[in-house]
Amino acid sequence: MNELSFPWLECAVLIPLVAVPAVLRVRDPETALRRTLVASSLAFLCAVAASVDFGWSGGFDARAPWDPWSVLAGRDGMVIDGLSAPLLPLAALLYLLVVVATLRTKIRRFPFAWTLFSESALLALLGCRDPWGVIGLLAIQTIPPFFELRRRGRSTRVYTAHMLLFLGLLVGGWVMLDLEQSATEHSIWAIGMLIGAVVIRNGSIPVHCWMTDLFENASFATALLFVTPMAGAYAAVRLVLPVAPDWALRSIAVVSLGTSVYAAGMALVQRDARRFFAYLFLGNASLVLVGLEVATPISLAGGLCVWLSVCMSLTGFGLTLRAIESRTGRISLDRYHGLYDHMPRLATFFLLTGLASIGFPGTVGFVGAELLIEGVVGVYPIVGTLVVLAGALNGIAVLKAYFRLFTGTEHLASISLRARWPERVAVLALSVLILCGGLWPEPGVAWRYDAAQEIIARRRIRLAGSERHVVEAHRVPEHPASSIPVVPPTDRLRRVF
Amino acid sequence: MTAQSITQVLGTCIVAAPAALLAALGIPSLFGEPLRERAAVRWIHGVMAVGLLSAVAMLAVMLNAGQTLVEIRIGDWVGIETEHFHFHVAFIFDRLSVPFVILIYVLCGTIGKFTSRYLHRDRGFNRFCVFFAFFTLGMVVSSLAGTIEVLFLGWELVGLSSALLVAFFHLRSNPVRNGLRVWGVYRIADAAFLIAALMMHHMTGGGDFTGLMGTDAWPSGHATIASEQALIVGLLLLLAASGKSALVPFSGWLPRAMEGPTPSSAVFYGALSVHLGAFLLMRVSPMLDLSMGLRIAVIGLGLLTAVYSAITERVQTDVKSALAFASLTQVGLIVAEIGLGLDYVALIHMIGHACLRTLQLLRAPTLLRDYHMLENAIGARLTHGPSFWERIVPDRFRAWFYAVASNRGHLDSAIDDYVTAPFRAVFRWCDAMEHRWTRFLSGGEPSSGTAEGPVD
Repeated sequence: MNELSFPWLECAVLIPLVAVPAVLRVRDPETALRRTLVASSLAFLCAVAASVDFGWSGGFDARAPWDPWSVLAGRDGMVIDGLSAPLLPLAALLYLLVVVATLRTKIRRFPFAWTLFSESALLALLGCRDPWGVIGLLAIQTIPPFFELRRRGRSTRVYTAHMLLFLGLLVGGWVMLDLEQSATEHSIWAIGMLIGAVVIRNGSIPVHCWMTDLFENASFATALLFVTPMAGAYAAVRLVLPVAPDWALRSIAVVSLGTSVYAAGMALVQRDARRFFAYLFLGNASLVLVGLEVATPISLAGGLCVWLSVCMSLTGFGLTLRAIESRTGRISLDRYHGLYDHMPRLATFFLLTGLASIGFPGTVGFVGAELLIEGVVGVYPIVGTLVVLAGALNGIAVLKAYFRLFTGTEHLASISLRARWPERVAVLALSVLILCGGLWPEPGVAWRYDAAQEIIARRRIRLAGSERHVVEAHRVPEHPASSIPVVPPTDRLRRVF
Repeated sequence: MTAQSITQVLGTCIVAAPAALLAALGIPSLFGEPLRERAAVRWIHGVMAVGLLSAVAMLAVMLNAGQTLVEIRIGDWVGIETEHFHFHVAFIFDRLSVPFVILIYVLCGTIGKFTSRYLHRDRGFNRFCVFFAFFTLGMVVSSLAGTIEVLFLGWELVGLSSALLVAFFHLRSNPVRNGLRVWGVYRIADAAFLIAALMMHHMTGGGDFTGLMGTDAWPSGHATIASEQALIVGLLLLLAASGKSALVPFSGWLPRAMEGPTPSSAVFYGALSVHLGAFLLMRVSPMLDLSMGLRIAVIGLGLLTAVYSAITERVQTDVKSALAFASLTQVGLIVAEIGLGLDYVALIHMIGHACLRTLQLLRAPTLLRDYHMLENAIGARLTHGPSFWERIVPDRFRAWFYAVASNRGHLDSAIDDYVTAPFRAVFRWCDAMEHRWTRFLSGGEPSSGTAEGPVD
């Protein structure tokens, strides 16, 4: 394992955490906003530095030169590798942009402290490879939305029931795996529990209601930050992919495929903008999981690319929706609103980010979607075409929402509804990333492909280790993913930078 | 300077010109500082002139050098060598693409000039120009595409710009509804196209047309896949072309698309966009040689569309709808010609028809004035006697035809009743069930809903 030149990761995690009491102490919301902005900006810079430093180190993974976390969480407690290298700065950026785009009229109600806390937990999660560390951090992540729902006086039962089930299955599954360490192969119960946990956290059908409930009852920012970084997909890669047999991965892929089509169809008939967003996100996030669980290098690389593009585009889409909501109140998609003339730039961003989420040409998701479809159709020639259908339905849903919000009638308003500069900066930053990533996709794809190979290599090593007890040492694996050779560290990451 | 380097430069100019136009108009709009009307018009005129001159010069150089195929490879946009995954960006200039790209520049240049007066000082002028730039880039990329992926890229740009332009007059709900309908049909067509592209990838190991159709210049290529494969891929491409060119059963969107401003109606749905499906079929025409079933399907669909639209056109009460169906009649015939293997006839028919229809659609807003001029010139009302069909078809059948034609063959209502409505009903039912389930889980508390929910 290589060493970073500075404990960037630790700083990225600790800065928001340290800022929590500093924000809690102040009563003036503007000061709280400023402090949160500073902490989020620093965390973002540290995450970027960690990513760049890792790129220069040129290895599979890297950690800080002096690492106090390893005493607590073991060797993999705080590590950056090919998977997490782009996710860390992206997650930090999402938090920063959500805070930046919060209007002054909303800052009295915005939960700055909880936001910083959840940012710290998320960055720690993305930097953690140790299974129990990942499980613990996933559990911690579920806390802020719970308290937000309570603070608003909304029912927490749907959210709590799903999250408790998720954590119970996750802990139960991993305990069983630990107990079965010396067994010939893991039991169906242990793997089944892990699959169940991943399916719940990702909001796959039929256990997806917590997501629409969260969007309906929590603040848009909290719901957005809880779901868009796709911690569930991270859990799938770190916990399920290395140990699950092929049938388990296939079952997750099929459930996710069904979810993507179902969610795309549901997005088309929604009357409430938040529910529409939840389904649009579900449809796209499920595609990521399909790519990850098909587990061929192409599909995995496609899934990882789409992960980044969905993160960026749907956060931008959500921020635009949030900006509109903050001007007009909760939005119904049952009627036309005709807001284009009042907010042309927000309309443009809405369309751009929406189209990016479906992988429209010229945006960051295009090549990733091509890779994903190519990989999935390669393994499931007939069923895989459902990915294309889901994409088509999502495309119709996005344009339908655009037309409902911005066109169809003349909106009369006595005050200016134009986007304020913090909102413009936030969405413009994401738009630049979306367009640059779309017009120059090669470095990103190469980077994700390396990460995919690394994940598959780890899976192969892990599966070979567990099989060694009973199967002859040189048995040829059946799954194409298992036949990928362990690749040595390449200098491709170096070339990215 | 060799002929090869000249064609490289010219080819790059042809493709880069509309991309530069899009950047010039789109980037300032993204930053909220759109170009002034005069600057936008200058950009459009300049780019169309550069593109057209480059395309004509390319034709001259190719004729002079006796070249029938020039391929310009920009390189791999994305390539994963170990997986043999390549996203080639390549453009081909041949007997099909060069005339078509010249046509695109001529018609887009004409429309650019027309628009500068027609939409002068319109609030949506900049928006129109940005969509127009999207459309021009999409058309140029589609027509010159050397790989199926690049063709798909251009195809998508054309689709988006078309839908947004149909909804151009967005303060009314009708254009918007029609724009969404156009987009819906396009997305289904795009899905079919994408599946066909994936299948081609798996069959030939890449998306290059030269790999699929052979290295001979169009139309002499020989497809290198099996007959059954040609049938499946061909039918998917036919579905894609049907959506894009409004062939039966998707014909309903074409008259609806006339809700857009006249310049866009003329260049998109009368001239260029509506021919893109036929162009796709022409590009893959060597595939038709491999499968008689596919050939019959293409001819049948073309003729069916031609007959349907010829009948429907006769009962339209507004000039733009009448022209839309007249246009569709010719597109149906062009598709049938492609099916019959008359590639050059189809190409010439397409170019001639596109020019005629653009002229007619641009004159459409002044049709009454033109009629008055004619009547004033001859000093009497224009009259017309019963047509051939009116004379030979009994009244009973004529009434039936009239009813069917005035309902546009019930195609739209059939799609609404048998596709859209069941789809909506199923998912609305699922939505209701989900609401009930969530309410049950939350102990009977209703979800916050639209009216009372928190907004921050």
